Amino acid sequence: MGVFLFFLLATLCVGGVLGLILSRNQAHSALFLVLALACLGGLFGLLDAAFIAAVQIIIYAGAIMVLFIFVIMMVNLEQGIAPDKKKWTIGLSAGLAIFLLIELALAVRGTLGALGRTGGESIGSPTELGRLLFTDYLYPFEITSVLIIAALVGAIVLVKKKEKE
Amino acid sequence: MIPVGWFIGLSILLFVLGVIAFFIKRDLITMFMAIEVMLNAANLAFIALAKAAGSLAGQVIVFFVITVAAAEAAVGLAIILLVFRQKKSIKAEDMRLMKG
Repeated sequence: MGVFLFFLLATLCVGGVLGLILSRNQAHSALFLVLALACLGGLFGLLDAAFIAAVQIIIYAGAIMVLFIFVIMMVNLEQGIAPDKKKWTIGLSAGLAIFLLIELALAVRGTLGALGRTGGESIGSPTELGRLLFTDYLYPFEITSVLIIAALVGAIVLVKKKEKE
Repeated sequence: MIPVGWFIGLSILLFVLGVIAFFIKRDLITMFMAIEVMLNAANLAFIALAKAAGSLAGQVIVFFVITVAAAEAAVGLAIILLVFRQKKSIKAEDMRLMKG
């Protein structure tokens, strides 16, 4: 059951990212990305991270993607941008990406088997996570709230129209 | 149950796909979405390793990554809107102010 769920979610997730790459329309790309992020939430759930899975769905697939879609609505391209005419850039990026894939695979090659399997003792109860956030990681947590305020104020100041004098 | 290594493999694949998307796409918004894909691939690796190590620290880091990504998205999209107002375009190759 778990293996089946993993392959289903992994396929949907990779398919969503491929859809993002192949689709011309930005709004379609954004919706494909929502699919991929929601499936990643499911994968987090398989790894005992129930709270992070909920946060992923609510904040990433919900809030952040709504922000993206709002901006796509405001920018409003009539039709998508055609892919690059210059073939060598696509070839170069594909070559570099395959190089990166091989490099990363070589880096983790020996260690993957030693990681063990899912299941067994559950580690990620929201209670424990919350206790950790408000004890060991209290300062980072508070600093994050300052960061969010700064980002919000910064975004508002950036896009505010200048008043005429 | 599922070997944790598979999750790491999926995370590597997603990261590489994000890099490809970043290079192939030509409008700023989709390039920005590719960055989100790469961030999520890293998150998946963090959570898989948290499970393998039996420690919650990886999940706490992912929590912070998600909040920082939210802040980053707000500021980044504001900058994209600003660029669009000035140039009437969001193609990456139209941003050539610093080209000699």
